Amino acid sequence: MKYLKTSPAKCQGVRACEKTCSQTFFKTGDPSKSAIQVKEVGGKFEINVCNQCGECIPICPVKALSRNKLGVVMLDKKLCVGCLMCVGYCPTLSMRTHPDLREPFKCVACGACVKDCPEKALEIAER
Amino acid sequence: MDENKVFEYTRYTQDIEAMKAAHQVLAEYAFTPSLPQKGYNNRSLHIDLGTLKFTEKKIDEAMKQTFTGGRGFGLKYLWDAIKPGTKWNDPENDIIISPGPICGITQYPGAGKSLVVTLSPITNIPIDSNVGGYFGPLLKFSGFDALEIQGKAKEDVIIVLDGVKGKVTIETAPQESLDSHIAAEQFTHQYAADEADLRNVSVVSSGAAAAHSLIGCLNFSYYDVRRKVTRLKQAGRGGIGTVFRDKKIKALVVHGPQVKGDMNHPADLGRIQRAGVKLHREMHDFDDKMCGMRKVGTTNIVGVMNSYDLLPVMNFQYGSHADAPKIDKTTWIKQFTQGIPDGCWYGCSMACAHGVDEFALRTGPYKGHKVVVDGPEYETAAGCGSNCGIFDPLWVIECNFYCDTYGIDTISFGTITGFIMECWQRGILNAERTGGLDMSWGKGESQLELMHQMARGEGFGLIAGQGVQRMKRIFADKGWGDFAFLTDIGLEGKGLEQSEYMSKESLAQQGGYYLTNKGPQHDEAWVIFMDMVNNQIPTFEDKAEALYYFPMFRTWFGLNGLCKLPWNDIEPGDNRTKNAPMDAAKVPEHVQNYVDLFSGVTGREITKEEIIKMSERVYQFQRVFDLRMGKGVRKYDQPPYRAMGPVTKEEYESRQERYDKQLKDWMNIDPSTKSTEEKIALHRKYREDRYQKLVEAVYKRRGWTADGVPTLETLKRNGIDFPEVVEVVAKHQ
Repeated sequence: MKYLKTSPAKCQGVRACEKTCSQTFFKTGDPSKSAIQVKEVGGKFEINVCNQCGECIPICPVKALSRNKLGVVMLDKKLCVGCLMCVGYCPTLSMRTHPDLREPFKCVACGACVKDCPEKALEIAER
Repeated sequence: MDENKVFEYTRYTQDIEAMKAAHQVLAEYAFTPSLPQKGYNNRSLHIDLGTLKFTEKKIDEAMKQTFTGGRGFGLKYLWDAIKPGTKWNDPENDIIISPGPICGITQYPGAGKSLVVTLSPITNIPIDSNVGGYFGPLLKFSGFDALEIQGKAKEDVIIVLDGVKGKVTIETAPQESLDSHIAAEQFTHQYAADEADLRNVSVVSSGAAAAHSLIGCLNFSYYDVRRKVTRLKQAGRGGIGTVFRDKKIKALVVHGPQVKGDMNHPADLGRIQRAGVKLHREMHDFDDKMCGMRKVGTTNIVGVMNSYDLLPVMNFQYGSHADAPKIDKTTWIKQFTQGIPDGCWYGCSMACAHGVDEFALRTGPYKGHKVVVDGPEYETAAGCGSNCGIFDPLWVIECNFYCDTYGIDTISFGTITGFIMECWQRGILNAERTGGLDMSWGKGESQLELMHQMARGEGFGLIAGQGVQRMKRIFADKGWGDFAFLTDIGLEGKGLEQSEYMSKESLAQQGGYYLTNKGPQHDEAWVIFMDMVNNQIPTFEDKAEALYYFPMFRTWFGLNGLCKLPWNDIEPGDNRTKNAPMDAAKVPEHVQNYVDLFSGVTGREITKEEIIKMSERVYQFQRVFDLRMGKGVRKYDQPPYRAMGPVTKEEYESRQERYDKQLKDWMNIDPSTKSTEEKIALHRKYREDRYQKLVEAVYKRRGWTADGVPTLETLKRNGIDFPEVVEVVAKHQ
C-alpha cells in the first residue's frame, strides 16, 4: 500500500509541501487548501497527512471512497455528496475541508511534495 | 461489515417493465426545474386529483417570515384548503409534504426530513408527522418547497414528479403492489435511469391496511447503496396513510437530480460545514459512551426505561418486566447489521436507521420471503413488544415489518393491541367477540393475525383499526365493558394513541403528552427524566416553563426539515460540566449549531431566542387550528387516568411502597389505615387535582385563557392576528 511517509524530526517548518500540494490540486498557494499540514508544537513540527488507513471508506454513505490498485484511498467526486462524515471520522484528522470547496480532499500519495521538501522529511513508501 | 457483502433478499422487480407499460397517463404538467436559493425555491406545487389540475403557488417573504417552512407551510396550506366542518375523507382534505429551508443540506446529521400535514382521520384535527427518506430533499431539488394534494382520484393512481425533465404526471399503475416494501422497490427501479440513478428516486406509499383502518402511515423510501435495496422511513402518526389511500393514491414518485453538497445554494457553506464537522466529530468521540445510536439506534433506551420503571408493560399497567432484556439493545446489536452508515439522508453520522437483514418472514402473504426490516425503533419495541407482553424479538421484528409494508403506524398499533389484550385479560373481550383470536398477553402470532385481518379488511382487525377511542365506545355500546373503566385504561388523547412512555409518575410528562396540539406524542416534550428522575422542575411554574420552552424549541425541527435526535442524543463532551443542569438539558452548543445552520442556509441572521419565536408563531397557529376544527379547548387536554396514576389494584400493589410513601408525604395520610381501594381513590383525587393545577400554569405561560384558547394578545405578540385567526378565537375570549 502506497502512502506518504513523514519524518517530522527532520521538518524545519519550511512548509514548501503545503504550497506544492495546494498548487498542484487547486492552483493556489493557499496552505489551507493543502492536504498536508505542518504545525509547530512546542518548538517542534508535526506533519499531518493521510496515512491511507482506510477507516473513512465504510463511513461514506455513497461509497465514494475506495482504494485504488496501489492501495491509496481515493475520493470519487462524482459520487461524493459533500457530507463530510469522513472528515469527522478520520482518526488522524487528515481528511480536509474548505469553505470554497463542496467536496472534502485528502492526500493521494502523488509525491509532488516530496521533491520540494528541502529537509527530505517526506517520501513515498509502501506498507 | 464486509464492504463487498451481497445481501440476499426476495426481489420484486422481475416484471417491472411490463408493469410500467400498463400505466396510462391521465394528466401531465411541464414545469421549469430549479434548485433552491438560500434554502427556498419560493414556490410549491398543488395537485387536484379530482380535476387533474396542477397549480404552482408562489411563496412570498411574508409566508416565510410567518411559517418558515415544513410543518408551518403544511399547516398554512391545510388551513386554506379546508373549512371548519371538513371531514378527513372529504375531497378538500389536503396532504402537504414540505421539507423546510434547511432540509437537504448534507453536512449536518438529520437534515433530510419531510413534514407531512393533513386533517387526521383519527383526531379530526391537523396532524403533523416528521419523516426521513429522500423524498423531501429530492422534491426540493426538483423545484418545490411543498407538494399539496387535494381531491380524490377515481381509480388508483401514482403521481410521478421528474425534477430532471421538469414533468409531473398522474398515471394509473394497476399492476404494482400496494404494499410498501414491494411498491417502493418496483417504482424506484421503474423511474431510475440506471443503477447509479437509483438513489435519486424516492417513493411515498402506504399499504393494504391503511384503507381499512384509521391509523394508516406513509412510507418514504430511499435507496441503500450498500444493501442494494429500497429502505423505508415512516410518517407514522395520525392516519396520514388512511387519507392517502382514501384519495386513491398508490404512490408518489420523485426523480431528482444527482445530489451534491451545495444544492440549497446556502448563503455561507463554510458555516454549515464547520457545524457539521464538529457534530460528526462528537459522534466519533462520544456516541459509544453516550447513546450508542450508530450501533442500536433508539432501542438504546429500552433497557434504560425498564430500569427506571418507565417502560410500558401490558398496556401501561407496569413500568418494567423481567423479560425486557430480551428486547433491549443487547438483542438489537446482534439483529441489526453493524458497520453500515445507516442514515436516512446523506450526512447523518448519527446513523440510527438500522435494519434487520435477510429476515425470513413467518406469517402472512410474504411468509418465507427474505426482507430487510427497517427497525425496530424504541417505540416499536416498546409498543408492539413490552406493551403487549411480547418479549420475543422475532415477533417484534415481524410486526414491525408488516406494520410498515401494510402502511400502519407501529405506535398506534402497539397501544391499540395493548388495550385489546388488557380487555381480554379483564373479560371485556373473549374468543367469541374477537372472532376466535386469542388476544392473551404475549401472543405474537395473534398480534400478527390481527394485522393481517386489518390488511384484508376483515374480522376483528377492522375494529382494531378504528383505534382506542372508537373501540372504547364500541365495546361499551355492545355491553362488553364499562365505558368509564375503558376510558381509564385506553391510552389516547384527542383520539390519538399515546406513544410509548409511562407518564404515571411524572406530572410534567402527563402535560408533555396531553397538552399537545396533535395528541399524546412525545415529539413535543420529553421531560420524564428532568421531572421524575432528576427532580429539576419541582414547582408548577418550573414544569410550565419546561412545557413552554421544549414544545416551542422542538417545533422548530419540523419547520426546517430537521430531525430532533442529533440535538440531544449526542452532546458535546463538556455539556454537563460547562452548563448548569437545566441549561445542559437544552444543549446550548447544539442550539447555536442550529442558529448557524439556519443563518448559513438562508442568510437571515437569527438568535437562539428567535428560534423560539419562529416556532411559537406556528405552534399558536396550530392551537387555533384545533379550535377551528372543534377541539383546542381544555376538555380535550385531559389524560386517561392510566396515564396519571394506578387504575387497578394490581397496579397499585406493583408500586405499593412508592404509593404508600406518597400518601404520607403528599397527603399526610397514614396508609396503614386505608384499604387499597381507598388508597387508589385518594391518589386519584390528588393526582387529578394536581394535573388541573399544571394545566392552569401551562396555559398561563403559553398565553392562553383558562379554557386553553390563545388570547388576542398572544396572537398579536406572535404576529398571527390575521382576521380569520382572530375570528376563530374571538368568541372564546
